[in-house]
Amino acid sequence: MNLESLLALVVSSTLVYSAPLILAALGGVYSENSGIVNIGLEGIMTVGAFTSIIFNLTFASSLGIWTPWLGALVGAIFGLVFSLLHAFATINLHADHIISGTVLNLLAPPLGVFLIKAIYEKGQTANITANFGYANIPGLADIPVLGKIFFANTSAPAWLAIILTIAMWFILYKTRLGLRLRSAGENPQAADTLGVNVYKMRYLGVLTSGFMAGLGGAVFAQSISGNFSISTIVGQGFMALAAVIFGKWNPIGAMLSSLFFGFAQSLSIIGAQLPGLSKIPTVYMQIAPYVITIIVLVLFLGKSVAPAADGVNYIKAK
Amino acid sequence: MNKQKNIIEMKHIVKDFDGFKANDDLNLTLHQGEILALLGENGAGKSTLMSILSGLLAPTSGEIKVNGRQIAIVNPTVAKQLGIGMVHQHFMLAHSFTVLENIILGHETTKGPLLDLKQAREKVLALSEHYHLAIDPNQKVANITVAQQQRVEILKVLYRGADILIFDEPTAVLTPPEIKEFMHILKNLANEGKSIILITHKLEEIKKVADRVTIIRAGKDVGSYAVKDISNEKMAELMVGHPVTMKLAKAAVEPGKAILAVKDLVVKENRGTLAVKHLSFNVHAGEILGIAGIDGNGQDELVEAITGLRHSSSGEILIKDQDLANQAPRKITEAGVANIPADRQKYGLILQMSVADNLILQSYYQTPFSHHGIINFHQIKQHAQKLVKKFDILTPSIDLAGGELSGGNQQKVIIARELQRNSDLIIAFQPTRGLDVGAIETIHKQLLKEREQGKAILLVSYELSEIMALSDRILVLHNGEKSGVVKPEETTETELGLLMTGVKKEGKVVD
Repeated sequence: MNLESLLALVVSSTLVYSAPLILAALGGVYSENSGIVNIGLEGIMTVGAFTSIIFNLTFASSLGIWTPWLGALVGAIFGLVFSLLHAFATINLHADHIISGTVLNLLAPPLGVFLIKAIYEKGQTANITANFGYANIPGLADIPVLGKIFFANTSAPAWLAIILTIAMWFILYKTRLGLRLRSAGENPQAADTLGVNVYKMRYLGVLTSGFMAGLGGAVFAQSISGNFSISTIVGQGFMALAAVIFGKWNPIGAMLSSLFFGFAQSLSIIGAQLPGLSKIPTVYMQIAPYVITIIVLVLFLGKSVAPAADGVNYIKAK
Repeated sequence: MNKQKNIIEMKHIVKDFDGFKANDDLNLTLHQGEILALLGENGAGKSTLMSILSGLLAPTSGEIKVNGRQIAIVNPTVAKQLGIGMVHQHFMLAHSFTVLENIILGHETTKGPLLDLKQAREKVLALSEHYHLAIDPNQKVANITVAQQQRVEILKVLYRGADILIFDEPTAVLTPPEIKEFMHILKNLANEGKSIILITHKLEEIKKVADRVTIIRAGKDVGSYAVKDISNEKMAELMVGHPVTMKLAKAAVEPGKAILAVKDLVVKENRGTLAVKHLSFNVHAGEILGIAGIDGNGQDELVEAITGLRHSSSGEILIKDQDLANQAPRKITEAGVANIPADRQKYGLILQMSVADNLILQSYYQTPFSHHGIINFHQIKQHAQKLVKKFDILTPSIDLAGGELSGGNQQKVIIARELQRNSDLIIAFQPTRGLDVGAIETIHKQLLKEREQGKAILLVSYELSEIMALSDRILVLHNGEKSGVVKPEETTETELGLLMTGVKKEGKVVD
């Protein structure tokens, strides 16, 4: 294998594994910047995964190549609806964010398996036929060398995620909406006295995280696992959460961290094909992403600073 | 300017909270371009009245006229439209935002969907120049001083076009030089035609800047006076309802042996730079040693080192001849140290716990409160009832959460707990911070009584008047070093002020 195709393999597999993490992490960034901790990303990803798989299996024959994209949209919408639970519990009922997020995480997998069983009468779905697969980005793929490494035979959802990252960074830091959203997470009392609707901003933050994590789960299911079972989403949501923290609650930072975690995950898959790594027993490669996540969190958790009122309920005086 | 034009008239305001009348027939008139002081003890109803004016609370009865027009201020937006702006005591700022972002939040200038920071910056800088409120709009709020944060708060209100400014205890968080600066700002604002209500219980400040004073006591109107026609003593008396001795009677006490001896102490602050630099001093039995200095000159680190909350790098802390440097706080406490911390809500009390429980925080593990690890609640209750009576703590019940008491009563709980243990050394850090004249008097008398009983007292305070009134000797700290030790009867506030900024008696600069 020459260097160019080696790099192309590493880059494309990194992108494939990063895409779901980037999407979910972007959601986490919005939620936490509005002041609501969302450890329910994992559960929301699960909802996105099984709803998109059901959609995909049902409509693949009639929708053709657009099936995974529409499936992703369906997963995102169900993710958003599912996150309403978290928004209502934390914003209106002032519940503890961790407890409410845990509820989402405990609720989603059995709900998914139950529905799958009710519909297909077995514990896991069949494999989908219409998945995201690998795509060439029109125009860019023809660039010599770089085109082949980055844009040919690559993951289209990953590039969508990267474009969304830039858009969401822009909204968060350059627009009035972004300033108000962040003010709800920094000092809700101050925001309220200045006429910012804190509850509205926080709903916006949580629902965005629901949409994005649902999208992330759907992308994972339709590009990596190819079906839905109890073990489809196992830790990706927590990795996205780690990426939020590692990325200092900034969309760009969260994307870069997600790429790093995605790279770690992809190594366990393509390691066998890489010179030097192929001799390492696969079990070590498989646990690597989790170990790296833990190490990164331990090293950086203390150093990065969350929005000041992240996780603090805001109770408006009557 | 016609100073007699009434810009605000509040008449017969009553606010009833389930039978408790926080405001009982209060009247307030604010003239155009004047500074009106609103004076009253904690809990007298000042904040309630101002909340009514700024639309946060609805009055039970009474009428409000703004610019001669009767109006119901049903929510804060209406107040804003009327040009009423409030500068809160606890600043409402997002610390990770820039000064500019904090000022424009909720009132942003935009270009399409984008924030137009350039236009906003020009507007803010123009205001800042006009009112002499120096700020750097691009700084993060986390990186600026408290005084600068206050300017940001004022600019926030001005940016929204307020003509009537309400300041809630604005100088509580400022150092003496900052207070001086702030007084200039207030006068400036009034000269520019802004009408100002200044909520305070500091009489000297009223004398310095206010034109008139409205005094309320226990929710009732005690009257409004021209400041030049009323003495400090009279204001204090009207506020608390009985004559207040402004001058404390200090009995002559012969100091005994040194209870606390600090020798060559070095303490670092969190970032590792030296906060206390080779400091030595003694506090004797029957003596109050006052530590004067501007906030942030090593006072926090010094007290934390003595009480065992912070590691000291070198030096000795002898308490009754026993070196207790870097020992556990409990060991230091048990050696005979009472600690009245500066932040009563953070370090003095556990706000969620009851008054009774707060009163035994230093002794819950000892008899009679506990036997073999089992708590005796009966004893705790009796103990609490005794102290509530003895220290005159105003609480409906000993089971009430500490956080629900007023500031003055919270402080009484801490003082009761600490003095009850009969320690030989009392460390009092800002013991009267934010309290009203009546409560201050009580606490000062208690400290003097302890002194007469032969206790050694280390008093750290940013209030020069407090230091001057109580201390037998005053040690002035500047930049972690001793810039002078003086006796109150041989010094002036001006000299202390100079020492606090590092200028020595001979006119030499310390660092």
